[in-house]
Amino acid sequence: MSEIFVLAEHRRGELREITLEMLSGIRDLSEKMGADLTAVLLGKNVGEFAETLKNYANKILVIEDEKLENFNAEAYQRVLSALIKERNPILTVIGHSAFGMDLAPSLATELDLPLATDCIGFEYEDGKLFAIRQIYGGKVNAKVSFKGDRYMMTIRAGAFPIDKEASMGGEIISVESPLKEDIPYRRFIEYIEAPPGEVDITQADILVGVGRAIGDVENLPLVEELAEALGGVVACTRPVVDKKWLPKERQVGTSGKVVKPKLYLAIGISGAFQHLAGMKGSELIVAINKDPKAPIFNAAHYGIVDDLFKVVPVLTEKIKELKS
Amino acid sequence: MEIVVCIKRVPDTAEAEVTITEDKKDIKKEGLAFEINEWDNYAVEEAVQLKEKFGGNITVVSVGSAESNDIIRRALAMGADRGILLRDEAFDGSDSYAIAKILHGAIKDIKFDLVLTGAQAGDDGCAQVGPTLAELLGIPHATLVTNIEIEDGKAKVRRELEGGLEELLEIELPALFGIQTGINEPRYVSIMGIRKARKKEIVEMGLKDIGLTGDEVGLAGSKTIIEELFIPPVGEGAEIIEGDAAEVSARLAEILKEKGVLA
Repeated sequence: MSEIFVLAEHRRGELREITLEMLSGIRDLSEKMGADLTAVLLGKNVGEFAETLKNYANKILVIEDEKLENFNAEAYQRVLSALIKERNPILTVIGHSAFGMDLAPSLATELDLPLATDCIGFEYEDGKLFAIRQIYGGKVNAKVSFKGDRYMMTIRAGAFPIDKEASMGGEIISVESPLKEDIPYRRFIEYIEAPPGEVDITQADILVGVGRAIGDVENLPLVEELAEALGGVVACTRPVVDKKWLPKERQVGTSGKVVKPKLYLAIGISGAFQHLAGMKGSELIVAINKDPKAPIFNAAHYGIVDDLFKVVPVLTEKIKELKS
Repeated sequence: MEIVVCIKRVPDTAEAEVTITEDKKDIKKEGLAFEINEWDNYAVEEAVQLKEKFGGNITVVSVGSAESNDIIRRALAMGADRGILLRDEAFDGSDSYAIAKILHGAIKDIKFDLVLTGAQAGDDGCAQVGPTLAELLGIPHATLVTNIEIEDGKAKVRRELEGGLEELLEIELPALFGIQTGINEPRYVSIMGIRKARKKEIVEMGLKDIGLTGDEVGLAGSKTIIEELFIPPVGEGAEIIEGDAAEVSARLAEILKEKGVLA
């Protein structure tokens, strides 16, 4: 029976959510393809993860090796290429995470496999697989086909919900590590934690999020004043941090913080998925943006389509008036 | 230190309306402003800073049309020494793999210690070309790089992980690094600077110059094919508050009060 590989992802003793998202999302495809769903788990002392994965896969291939304790693209590539050559899965699925982005393209190239990255879905029609991926910052979707009869995909975090009821009763299979020698070119040294900032945006009830459209650091007082009037705190998107307008501790999103305030007021934020992933759990989301097609309006409960420079000062005055 | 930087010219669609062409294979490019891919701009700046520290030469390479000369010249103005434009009709329709193959064709004959690319491009968002190119060149790589320190033929690099966490790695040179935005503050490029950079050389190379054949590039050499583009289905979406600034502000304040957010 053919099989689909899904690479389990874990870090510092925790199985990462994307693993169960991928397994939940791909199960339907594995049934349509008539293929076993096989979780591939590499690491050291990962028995506990294998137990969790039993619910989500038909098989769990476990390779334990101290060289696999921390993610290392070079070590992972060696193990996976050996495993894929041996078992010839029809499809290999990896997370489009910091981990998968470092691993999947070079692995696919070594194995001469077609790869579609950052996929948010798939279609399977008449025995042919298509990947759905987003381009142009989420404004357009692309349906992509693969050449050949073996494929690889990386999947965006949050693209599929985790099936909490899953109970597949998968079989754990232990495989000997093919890593005989040391990994010569790449060495993991340590993890570096973000320094704690002055403000913890995850604790705020009201966040005023500001995006690239604020245009210049000199315009920031505009949103600071609004945040103050609301009794909230200013947060921001990645481009605002990249431009050094606000410190990293204020960043909401995949590489920043996940927030769930009572109110998230998004100002001049287009709504890249990395940002949405950090704030979509907010109780009430309001967006002000001049582009009516900005993806932020799909995530928001209320929207104002207008120039932030026109609306924000008036809104600040109105809030002050109501509060006094 | 000899550094190669791969750059790409992309349309700025952040605030533009995007429409799909009749054949559904592309977006309409008319009226869009083009610029250097944001990630690549950080990669060029990083190369220039490394050159300022260690000396050496920077070669910028781009696959594209004649218009890509604009971004190459911009990189030369920032401090790169020479440019290579890889331009051939046969390259049209190349996916990330085929683009990496074309870049490899040009770079394999250059002496280098370091290849820098953007971690991804703002148009297709594939994040594939860098690590694919590294594999073709047979060198180690790291992507999402937020800091580079070079010492004794090795690089200590920081990679961005999720949730504010980073990892520190040691990698043997030569290597390829995919640069993440925010790694540095790219310098301002003046019109005057671009004019001065006109003296620097840009070499144009086509299919034959890089020793490839037509079936290795373009659609024929690609491993994935765009079947069609479509505008994503919209969910329920936001309730849009209509009116002028005063009206929308009054209505929003009312809503916030109703929802108990305004204490």
